[in-house]
Amino acid sequence: MPVVSPRLSSPEADEAPVRKLYRSAEGRLLGGVARGLAGHLGLPVVWVRVVFLGLLSINGLGALLYAVFWFFVPLGLGGTTGQRSAFELSPDGRRRLRKPDKGQVVALIALLFGAAIFASKVDVGGWANPYIFPSVLIGVGVVLVWRQADNTRRARWTEGARRSRWLPVARGLAGVALVGTGLTGFVVVNGSAAQLGNVLTAAIAVLAGIALLAGPYLVRMTQDLSEERLMRIRAQERAEVAAHVHDSVLHTLTLIQRNAESAGEVRRLARAQERELRAWLYKPEGTGREEEPETLAEAVKKAAAEVEDKHGVPLEVVVVGDCPLDDGLSAQMQAAREAMVNAAKYGGEGGAVQVYAEVEGRTVFVSVRDRGPGFDPDAVPADRMGVRESIIGRMQRNGGTARLRSVPGGGTEVELEMERAQG
Amino acid sequence: MTEETTDRHVRVVLVDDHRMFRTGVQAEIGRTETTGVEVVGEAADVDQAITVITATRPEVVLLDVHLPGGGGVEVLRRSAAMMGDAENPVRFLALSVSDAAEDVIGVIRGGARGYVTKTITGTDLVDSIFRVQDGDAVFSPRLAGFVLDAFASTDAPPVDEDMDRLTQREREVLRLIARGYAYKEIAKQLFISVKTVESHVSAVLRKLQLSNRHELTRWATARRLV
Repeated sequence: MPVVSPRLSSPEADEAPVRKLYRSAEGRLLGGVARGLAGHLGLPVVWVRVVFLGLLSINGLGALLYAVFWFFVPLGLGGTTGQRSAFELSPDGRRRLRKPDKGQVVALIALLFGAAIFASKVDVGGWANPYIFPSVLIGVGVVLVWRQADNTRRARWTEGARRSRWLPVARGLAGVALVGTGLTGFVVVNGSAAQLGNVLTAAIAVLAGIALLAGPYLVRMTQDLSEERLMRIRAQERAEVAAHVHDSVLHTLTLIQRNAESAGEVRRLARAQERELRAWLYKPEGTGREEEPETLAEAVKKAAAEVEDKHGVPLEVVVVGDCPLDDGLSAQMQAAREAMVNAAKYGGEGGAVQVYAEVEGRTVFVSVRDRGPGFDPDAVPADRMGVRESIIGRMQRNGGTARLRSVPGGGTEVELEMERAQG
Repeated sequence: MTEETTDRHVRVVLVDDHRMFRTGVQAEIGRTETTGVEVVGEAADVDQAITVITATRPEVVLLDVHLPGGGGVEVLRRSAAMMGDAENPVRFLALSVSDAAEDVIGVIRGGARGYVTKTITGTDLVDSIFRVQDGDAVFSPRLAGFVLDAFASTDAPPVDEDMDRLTQREREVLRLIARGYAYKEIAKQLFISVKTVESHVSAVLRKLQLSNRHELTRWATARRLV
């Protein structure tokens, strides 16, 4: 069976030169054959259904044709002309019964009418007819199971349309039960109930024989199929990586070539790109877009990344442990960020700024260290509020402590300690 | 730092599948008369690496973690005999662009004496090479962070406690490394000698290699690494 790619058969794709016949998954009554055909031929659905009904009266040819179409034509999204399923999605995402459109109602009545005529014509012996009743049972059972197969297939395409899990199972079981009853009916009604044992033994023997013969072949086929699927998934992944590398990495490299003269800019671009690529590689579930951090580790990394981008000084971040952010820790993060900015601004000449955060029990410790020229904390004029207010003051107001150690010529280190909130 | 190392000499093999990177490192550290580092061989995959290392018997191998043919861990596994040689052991320093925890812990457990990332400066790299040659362990701040993380998350006391637990002192040393301190600065801060710092770090490395599998598995599972 050809692989149907539902995403490609959008309404625009229907205008493609080669139109393939699909059964319609949307707005169908039974197997979607009539609607699919109608869409393919460009006719109203009612006409197609009427033709099928008409054919039905010729010894049930319509039903046979319908079954053949159902069997051989793959389910697709083509053939719909603006009409949707009998259910529609309400704004709150729930499915509700949609007002049935006139054409469908007419078709349904006509179908029932035709079926009644068909039944009255063929049903010569009433319930006693040994073939009609089991045949109808088998037919209904097969239809049930087949529709179910269609539904599971469709559910794979549309991840969102996930309904209760027992319904498909129940439908499948009901179908199997109907077919089973029909088959038993054949045996019983035909008066061969006495030989049921023999028949069953023979049937099981035949089935076992078929299984022995076809089994290995089937297993091989399933293996091939799953392998093929795996390859396709791999190819998709590769394409995605290629797309990402093209979008971000290649553009950055181009920018670097243009800015080759300014070392600072090159370094900034390279660092930003490296960080972005790492985040993308090691967090495949993420979209690459950063949201508001919810944990300490994320917050530290985000702050460091922003400072790095803004000031062009590399920050090496090491985080040990993690915990959710609370008010106190948010304040600590702001203080740490201020310390990082200071380190990048005044101490960035001495190499990378080291940021270290550790969660140990209830205590969160953050250290920001640079290898710049350092300064004498006592010599800072009283009107310079950066360190005093943004770092030390902020930590104290929120119940934490801040220590500042700076040796002229030996770099500066800011240590921030905060207790986590209870609970 | 280069001034005090010129009188020393170390033979190094570079194992990395990126030719450009090998060339770059060679250019940066291979000026033997200045740095004391002599690059005696290069290899691009696991098989080549084993051949070159066996043929040249270098003192230090700079080993990339991601290599065709099984990765750096495979090189370490196949040269275990040369690492254990008492006469002139081959020592491994992992040099990788990856700083993913499982890569780092993997090669350290495989027997590498240290782990540095490729963003390291030439001077620091030369310094690390000599430290590894001396038999010391080289910890980058990030590696120290991983190790602290690994041992911190084992709240329940493990079975062989004295083997798996870090002592208070080792923890302190690691923490200072993670904060970006050099060994010399750590020694000054803790009022111990640089040699003591180095022996602490070596002890951590040994514990990391010996710490039971079970614990590391649990640690990795907790971080959804496996």
